[in-house]
Amino acid sequence: MQDQPTSAELVGAVADFIRTHAMPQLKGHAAFHARVAANALDIVKRELEIAPEANTEEHERLKALLGADGSLDDLNRELCTRIYAGELTLDTEGLKDHLWATTLAKLAIDQPKYSGYRRALEEESGGK
Amino acid sequence: MSGTDNEFAASLSEAVRQHIEDATGIDGLQRLSGGASQETWAFDATTSKGAPVPLILRRAPGGTRAEKTTAVALETEAVLIELAEEAGIPVPKVRHVLTPEDGVGQGFIMNRLTGETIARKILRDEEYAETRPKLARQCGEILARLHRIDKERLPALRTADAKEEIRQYHAALRDHGHPHPVFELAFRWLEDNLPAGDTGLTLVHGDFRNGNLMIGADGVRGVLDWELAHVGDPMEDLGWICVNSWRFGNIDQPVGGFGVREDMFAGYEAVSGQPVDPERVKFWEVLGTLKWGIMCTGMVAAFKSGLDPSVERATIGRRSSETEIDLLRLLAPRI
Repeated sequence: MQDQPTSAELVGAVADFIRTHAMPQLKGHAAFHARVAANALDIVKRELEIAPEANTEEHERLKALLGADGSLDDLNRELCTRIYAGELTLDTEGLKDHLWATTLAKLAIDQPKYSGYRRALEEESGGK
Repeated sequence: MSGTDNEFAASLSEAVRQHIEDATGIDGLQRLSGGASQETWAFDATTSKGAPVPLILRRAPGGTRAEKTTAVALETEAVLIELAEEAGIPVPKVRHVLTPEDGVGQGFIMNRLTGETIARKILRDEEYAETRPKLARQCGEILARLHRIDKERLPALRTADAKEEIRQYHAALRDHGHPHPVFELAFRWLEDNLPAGDTGLTLVHGDFRNGNLMIGADGVRGVLDWELAHVGDPMEDLGWICVNSWRFGNIDQPVGGFGVREDMFAGYEAVSGQPVDPERVKFWEVLGTLKWGIMCTGMVAAFKSGLDPSVERATIGRRSSETEIDLLRLLAPRI
């Protein structure tokens, strides 16, 4: 067990430093790249917070869907093969829900402001 | 400026004196952007008779370009822009195609248009409020003109129909190696839904989207960036501009974030006299979305290999998930 602050909190502090203190002193390309760097740290922070549980859930769904065991990477490769081969389709019980759940978790980490993600969340809450 | 830069500026100045009428030299040389495949420079030609002439130089990085399979040579791009101009498409006029004697490298000099290419400004600024509603129809009209350019007059270009595009991008995804189940779902769907019937293969711009269009108060002033031009299904261009990534947040305005499909199709049909099949355009929107997703994963390879170790390049890899949610909304909607 590691001490406090958590890795997510440390990364968040660095992102905040870049935005609040470093960026205002930069110009042109350097300012642009500092913004990109802070955004990259935001991705890391969200991944530290979200991925452990999301990956566990994804792994469980894959085992059930494929009726097989293996690493997250192996099972994803197996899923790719079976989807492309047409063995698993959108009519297969659980596939559509799995792809949606996995993709929503990716977006929650990568780009939670993305228009397609925000719309999907609206549709989810409106559709229920 | 370094010695090499001074030499470049001197050679460019000499080329301009020789090939641009009344030019006496150049002024205000400024690098605008640097892609992996071309450099863009802005400058004015000073003249003996009056106002300076605003110009653009597009040239290969460092002067020469390694052969790539998808991007056309800059000389070819110049020929395409000239053909487009004859066809009534707004483009910056090509003023001089560089020759080895110029000593400036490979590329060409064209007029510098005034207007805006930054998509978010075009979509948000008050200045373009009255222009935006006209753009989708104009895009349709422009594409119809582009697609009827006589194929006999085209320079050598690669030919890629739907099957070939699918094959190339699936191979690229395999090379990349990371598993993307949603992309495999899209490949399965595309192969099962190849458009029936033949629209004939035509010149395709290949990157006709918000960001590559110079926009003024009057509408589209210039169609730019012809480096992905090829011969293919004309509906590819209509699908590409509808890809959600090019709507820049305006998700309910499918054409470039500024308009609706019906307006683009109406403009296309008015000029071409041919009906547009919305299902065929949707097929190309799905393929376009998938292509952009795979291009994003390709950025990871450029980053990991050390070719471009920048944070910017690295983070683009994390944008492929955006296209995955767009593909799910297209192919597996929940409502």
